[in-house]
Amino acid sequence: MTIEYKLPDLGEDIETGDVIGVFVSVGDTVVEDQALLEIETDKAAIEIPAPAAGTIKEVHIKEGDTIKVGQLLVTIDDGKAKTKGSQVKEVAKTQDEVIEEVAEKEVEEEMDADPESEPQEVELNTTQDLTENSEEKEIPDTAEPLAKNKNAVPASPTTRRMARELGIDINLVEGTGPGGRISEDDIRNYAPGKRSKPKSEPQAPEPPVIEPQDPKDKASSDKWGNIDRTPMSKVRKLTAERLTKAWTAPHVTQYDKADITEVEKLRKEFGDSVAKAGGKLTMTSIILKVIASALKAFPEFNASVDMENGEILYKKYYNIGVAVDTDRGLLVPVIKDVNKKNITKLSVELSELSEKARNKKITVDELQGGTFTISNLGGIGGTYFSPVLNAPEVAILGISRSAIEPVYIDGGFLPRLMLPLSLSYDHRLIDGADAIRFLRWIIEALEEPFKIPLEG
Amino acid sequence: MSNAENKTQVAIIGAGPGGYPAAFLAADLGLEVTMIDPEDNPGGVCLYRGCIPSKALLHSAKVISEAEHLKNLGITFNKPKIDLDKLRDWKNGVVEKLVRGLGQLSRQRKVTYLQGRATFLNSTTLEIKRTDGSMEELEFEYAVIATGSRPAHIPSFPNDSPHLLNSTSALDLPEIPKTMLVVGGGYIGLELGTVYAALGTKVSVVEMTSGLMQGADRDLVRVLQKSSEPIYEAIMLNTKVVHMEETKNGIKVKFEAEGSEDTEMIFDRVLVSVGRKPNSENLGLENTGVEVDSKGFIKTDNQRRTSDRNIFAIGDVAGEPMLAHKATHEGRIVAEVLAGRNVAFEPNAIPAVVFTDPEIAWCGITETEAKEKKLNIKVARFPWSASGRATTLDRNDGVTKLIIDPETDRVLGMGIVGPGAGELIAEGVLAIEMGALVSDLELTIHAHPTLSETVMESAEVYYGLSTHMYKPKRDR
Repeated sequence: MTIEYKLPDLGEDIETGDVIGVFVSVGDTVVEDQALLEIETDKAAIEIPAPAAGTIKEVHIKEGDTIKVGQLLVTIDDGKAKTKGSQVKEVAKTQDEVIEEVAEKEVEEEMDADPESEPQEVELNTTQDLTENSEEKEIPDTAEPLAKNKNAVPASPTTRRMARELGIDINLVEGTGPGGRISEDDIRNYAPGKRSKPKSEPQAPEPPVIEPQDPKDKASSDKWGNIDRTPMSKVRKLTAERLTKAWTAPHVTQYDKADITEVEKLRKEFGDSVAKAGGKLTMTSIILKVIASALKAFPEFNASVDMENGEILYKKYYNIGVAVDTDRGLLVPVIKDVNKKNITKLSVELSELSEKARNKKITVDELQGGTFTISNLGGIGGTYFSPVLNAPEVAILGISRSAIEPVYIDGGFLPRLMLPLSLSYDHRLIDGADAIRFLRWIIEALEEPFKIPLEG
Repeated sequence: MSNAENKTQVAIIGAGPGGYPAAFLAADLGLEVTMIDPEDNPGGVCLYRGCIPSKALLHSAKVISEAEHLKNLGITFNKPKIDLDKLRDWKNGVVEKLVRGLGQLSRQRKVTYLQGRATFLNSTTLEIKRTDGSMEELEFEYAVIATGSRPAHIPSFPNDSPHLLNSTSALDLPEIPKTMLVVGGGYIGLELGTVYAALGTKVSVVEMTSGLMQGADRDLVRVLQKSSEPIYEAIMLNTKVVHMEETKNGIKVKFEAEGSEDTEMIFDRVLVSVGRKPNSENLGLENTGVEVDSKGFIKTDNQRRTSDRNIFAIGDVAGEPMLAHKATHEGRIVAEVLAGRNVAFEPNAIPAVVFTDPEIAWCGITETEAKEKKLNIKVARFPWSASGRATTLDRNDGVTKLIIDPETDRVLGMGIVGPGAGELIAEGVLAIEMGALVSDLELTIHAHPTLSETVMESAEVYYGLSTHMYKPKRDR
């Protein structure tokens, strides 16, 4: 590392001095505190010592110069590697930061047609650090560049601290009080979608403001009874923010049912062989494969909208996220290149990723880069639901609980296993007719698996 | 010898006004804390050799000068007799009482206090040399560097001379010299100059720039300078000390001033107060990832985290302004960060107080700074000649002023000169921190008759509607 050594502050009021001797030249090796030069100041002659041991790379001053405090004197190579600290910072991320980063990254990706080029150093060692950190108290690392001098914000210290705790950059909040003073309500009403990374935010319409019930009321009860106020977890906050943002896309949801009687038989038949490979053959892993083929046939479902530039970004990769219910809230690990993997491999990967998500071992890389999402609530119950998009993706498939129903086939009712499917899509890009075609394609592929090799 | 089994969650190096509040709050928040300091109790420079002893002495100086001042009111005292040993004992007693209190508070909080000096062996281990000479190693999860600063010296001065004082030795009150030269017209020199002048020393001040107290607004300093002139033998501005020499009778000092011949004078004592330097050396920082800037300050982010993730730095060693109350606030912030809270050091105003007579205090932006930065500001000034309370004190020499953003009427800065300015400035700090408007100060009832009314009246001045100062309204 080279040190650009400047004339240090020599004490009160000494600002300039005349160089009366230079004791080193280029190539010299110096030890720490070795005299580099002597200057005569208004008060006295002063020797300027080397700040560190090293080799003199350049001498920027000469005898007779009048130099000022802060002026570059010499360049010293101390032979050490670059700062240890910044590397440590990169890898030692807490789980919540990882999640936040995913959110930020995806926003960036939305604007970037080639997400592969995103720097990926953050993956290194993340898993390991997550395990270490998950047990202990996390120290929020909101390090900002050094010496950033912000103008004083017109808000009380309490309000400023509240903004920080909510992850809001108070400098971006408009104060409604006298003289632009920022109140707690201003912070609460600040569009949640603007948090964290306002600059890379796509020009979406302002998200609706969710009115908190009684924001000023910090009491533990109101006139109707007792209230417990608990701070939102980071995952909860992030989920809320991201969904609120996604909500700004005009959503439509289509519902339909797939007859999975036959595919369920196959699932049971091949379950053992997949189990041997280390995975669990589930309807989700089968649907993953079906979706990958469907996305190929319907490229607008594997896309994003860039309203700012009026462009559609068609993704040439097929990465499908699967929503996982964890102790800490909803996480969406992403299975990469689904089109290139068989169902056995997908089953193994899905089991692994779900496990990691639940054990807090998931890494940044594993939570990002999705182009489509599946949310399967069938294990719990329900018939249909309207999933909210996982922006910037433009479609999401909701799966509910299958049930045996009487189906009228060839002049009679037969007991068939029916799977309710709900497809939500971004109407800015996709019209209803295309959406139902897409959904029908998935259903037909489930009902007639030969469709995939035939058309997919 | 070495004992690597010693572990602590938080190691705090230095028990000054940054370190001990950090230790106390960290302990209160449930962390296990070890504090390392060479003194036998917490307190640091502030209590042992800085704020507290100097204020104890300034208190006696103030009473002496006030007693003298009473002659204007028809009351005269005999010249005070000064028992220097007793005064020194009293001052030391003040220090002792306070540091022992801190020792007790430390024990009550179960903070482990190690008397000694710590150096970093690496990013997780300290080597501690105990005052008794024993060595031990201490492993930490987090370390907080709070090692403060020390008086700067000028290498070419006869620094070994017993006649040459710095702030530390001056506070020891070795004697009341007949003559003293204060080199450097900053706050330390002027405060100690005030003490020695009150005790009877003929004090001269030499300052190489054109005014005392650089950094403070000139209109405030002018008031101080005018009041100070009678107590000092000389105030030499635009004057440099070009040479100093130890002689039998004291130190011979050669001055150089523009437009006049060089002069030489001999002083019994010379007090060098040319600033302070951060104590970032000899800490083994090279064994860590901690980075230091060209002035020796440790680089930190807004949570006071250094470039080494587990190491924090607070107080003088972490940068300007080198003020105890800044260190304390930083210490408390770091304790909260260590406890897992997402907080940062982000004050809107840090007060600065010079305990001269009259006192000067300011906070937020100064008029000088605003002009340098070409900020759009308005200044409202209320002279204490119009204050009833100041008149009852026979001290009409003060000024209270506000620096205002005319677009929003927000208070951006406050400056005060006058007796008690150090106490009055608190209102300005709160106003700035709360984003108060001038009208907020104007509409807040201030007790009568107090000097605090000058804050309210300066707000009234801004609107051209001050009760006690008639100034026809100008067109807005």
